[in-house]
Amino acid sequence: MYDLIIIGAGVIGSAIAREISRYRLNVAVLEKSEEPAFGVSKSNSGIIHPGTQNRPGTLKGKLCVQGNRLTRMIAKELGIDFKKVGELIVALDNDELVSLSDIKREAEALGVPGLKLVGRAWLKKNEPNLTEEAVGALYAPTAGIISPYRWVYDLLENAKANGVEVHTSTRVIGIRRVEDPLSADRGPRFEKRIAHSAESKAWVERLYALCALRYADDRTRTDPGDGGPGTGNYFELATSRGMFRSRFMVNAAGLYADEVARMAGIEDFVIYPRKGEEFILDKKKHNLTRHLIFPIPTKTSKGILVIRTSDGNPMIGPTAQDVDSKEDLSTSEEGFRRVLESVKKYVPSIDENDIIAYFAGLRPASGDDFIIRHEDAFPGMVTVAGMQSPGLTAAPAVALFVRDILKKNGLDLRRKPFFRRWRREPYHLFSSSAEAARKMIKEDPAYGDIVCRCEMVSSKEIREAVRRGARTLDGIKFRTRAQAGRCHGGFCTARILKILAEETGENITSITKRGRGSEIVVRDMNDGGC
Amino acid sequence: MAAAISAHESGVKDILLLERDLYLGGLLNQCIHTGFGLTYFKETLTGPEYASRFVERVRAIPSIEVVTRAFAVRLTGEKTVDYLIPGHMVSVRAKAVVMATGSRERTREMAHIAGTRPAGIFPAGLAQRLINIEGYLPGKNVVIVGSGDIGLIMARRFKLEGAEVKAVIEIQPVTRGLVRNVVQCLDDFGIPLYFRHKIAHIYGKDRVEGVDVVRVDEEMREIEGSRFSMGCDTLLVSVGLIPENELIEMAGAELDKKSNTPVSGRMNETSLPGIFVCGNSYKVYDIVDTVSACAENAGRMAAGYLGKVEQQV
Ligand SMILES: Cc1cc2nc3c(=O)[nH]c(=O)nc-3n(C[C@H](O)[C@H](O)[C@H](O)COP(=O)(O)OP(=O)(O)OC[C@H]3O[C@@H](n4cnc5c(N)ncnc54)[C@H](O)[C@@H]3O)c2cc1C
Repeated sequence: MYDLIIIGAGVIGSAIAREISRYRLNVAVLEKSEEPAFGVSKSNSGIIHPGTQNRPGTLKGKLCVQGNRLTRMIAKELGIDFKKVGELIVALDNDELVSLSDIKREAEALGVPGLKLVGRAWLKKNEPNLTEEAVGALYAPTAGIISPYRWVYDLLENAKANGVEVHTSTRVIGIRRVEDPLSADRGPRFEKRIAHSAESKAWVERLYALCALRYADDRTRTDPGDGGPGTGNYFELATSRGMFRSRFMVNAAGLYADEVARMAGIEDFVIYPRKGEEFILDKKKHNLTRHLIFPIPTKTSKGILVIRTSDGNPMIGPTAQDVDSKEDLSTSEEGFRRVLESVKKYVPSIDENDIIAYFAGLRPASGDDFIIRHEDAFPGMVTVAGMQSPGLTAAPAVALFVRDILKKNGLDLRRKPFFRRWRREPYHLFSSSAEAARKMIKEDPAYGDIVCRCEMVSSKEIREAVRRGARTLDGIKFRTRAQAGRCHGGFCTARILKILAEETGENITSITKRGRGSEIVVRDMNDGGC
Repeated sequence: MAAAISAHESGVKDILLLERDLYLGGLLNQCIHTGFGLTYFKETLTGPEYASRFVERVRAIPSIEVVTRAFAVRLTGEKTVDYLIPGHMVSVRAKAVVMATGSRERTREMAHIAGTRPAGIFPAGLAQRLINIEGYLPGKNVVIVGSGDIGLIMARRFKLEGAEVKAVIEIQPVTRGLVRNVVQCLDDFGIPLYFRHKIAHIYGKDRVEGVDVVRVDEEMREIEGSRFSMGCDTLLVSVGLIPENELIEMAGAELDKKSNTPVSGRMNETSLPGIFVCGNSYKVYDIVDTVSACAENAGRMAAGYLGKVEQQV
């Protein structure tokens, strides 16, 4: 029996897991993908927003400002590369200039620190590649950038170091709440309920049947940890890897939060995927801008931006387009044109030939604000849904918010005597001094065994990534940058496949790009088939 | 290897040849098809055979010191090379440096192909390595973008392994590869080649499921009504090569922005005195025989440069 189960290992689930790992609780994170951070949290702009473009009185606004501060703090604790680069919301004419003052006033009401209106002369000096047309800008110094997937890995790793279990390839397909007949705090829905998606019905039924047999046995025992009369209410989560039981549960399932909610009979919100296409420029252009460049926001969107990323490549995007499918991650020619046209108004020197990669992400949209609440009709369950931008920024603040909700609803929070707050900074041969590099190689030759020549990633780092949980080519890429450089894996993929196979004991034919169904090769011809 | 041999023959006494792989020969080792050496050796050889002729000659010259598993990671304008060998980082100061670092393949991203990013999209050279060196078949139902030689050779290679090759798609009105390769690798196997066509979209969530193909006009824009789909599980991308010149760039040499080749006055030279470039890193060649000739010239140039330096001393 767990005290808390968190569904979803995106940035939200991971931030909550890390926060809760401070307490003496049995916590598990369940993630349907092969690895954490493979959902919305892997494909976004990587901006830690200052909190400027949110309306006062919204959860988004409050948690964004707080999240910005907390992210900076935790990034330091975990030794992850957060860069405070600042942002400029740029006005191209006098009307826009007027709205900058409005934005400033609203943001100050939210508590965004350090805001400053700057004019032409400032811009010329501090952002030389910005268009001559710019008449002024709102400067927000607390805006920063982070590697979104490494952020998730680091949060989760730290949670693991503090005792949290992480179960990947574990998809929740059914939830039921079991009520203790002796319990005082019975929910308004007394009847046990089983809710689940239609396609997995048979499997869920079978799981529950199996478990019922086991519990029949369990109930005769008096182990207070394992359900039964007098031990309180709990949830039974049917998953693709068997049954999990927990007293409390957080739904942080991103795009699928509505589907998970429906398993618990909660049907008052729907997640609509809204696509954002982003285009990455060559690292050689790392001096393109010094700040993040924003247009004046519209009611629904922050607009198309010129972004700096923590890997050094500039990036432009995102678009915003409602789509039908939660799996539609395709990029388009129109998106490409729209983004280019739009950013060139702000930074005219951007050239389409500098674009070296692109991707699309889906915002899990549901109304205007985040939905973060205790489900009174399903006591013990907390919903965290509609986590669009600034969800990445807000995550650590969301974690505190959720912690307080859980506490209020009966989760017993007692601090562990010892919490591992700090983490050794990860090493990279080429960000170390020549002398340090020499020493590292001498101590462990694997540091000098370069696998990815474009990003100079050694076999040591790749094996280390596997040890930390990477199971797929994308997992290796997100953690180490191997395959993310100029040649896009043309040279190193074969070697990485071999290392993954070696470390995991699998055959190369079962190594995937990002989970089952994305195998890289289809046949092993080494077994002398003919 | 050709540059080292010619430098030796031009009188250079002390030559260090660095190779990061376990073997000499580079990309030739995965080119197991024939057609190499027609001009240079007047016979037709496979890639590994062609390479081995040079390996034998190099090994027979005592003044060429060969170090494999040696990865050059840094080069300065003063011609200091830092390289990694297992367990050590070594620094050497040379009087002249010849770079023969080859090229990399242009990627799907550089061709701006829209759609999803599933498994099953391979640079053609990677597919070649997987089949010929590692012994794994990357897919069973293949569409190839680009009619360069690697693309053409790989069409036949997949066919010989029992895979289906649906088509080769070429945006230009003519092939970029050798005519003999079009005949021997496509025509002989009945593989269609579409000129003036491009891939407009890639489909598939986890693995490639198909592509949309369109005909293009003179400006490479889609001709309306020409779109059709092809089912496939693999897309090979063979849309050209880019010289690998990051080390000389690090040393401060000037590079042409478009082609990534060194800007220089004379063949094989760079903007840095005493640093030369040859083979596919100097310019992308079609035939290995010309690469060898280019490299021999670089070896002689380096020897000439050293002669000049020594006279000054
Ligand atoms: C294009 C784009 C740009 C953005 N830019 C920014 C930005 O610059 N700054 C910012 O602050 N925010 C940004 N955002 C928003 C930010 O990315 C999201 O708010 C955040 O990543 C949401 O995290 P999450 O953990 O809620 O979702 P996810 O990362 O999707 O995590 C949910 C996880 O739940 C798992 N899951 C789902 N169903 C189940 C199930 N049944 N069983 C088990 N596991 C399940 C999923 O596999 C997934 O891993 C951007 C978003 C997009 C799309």
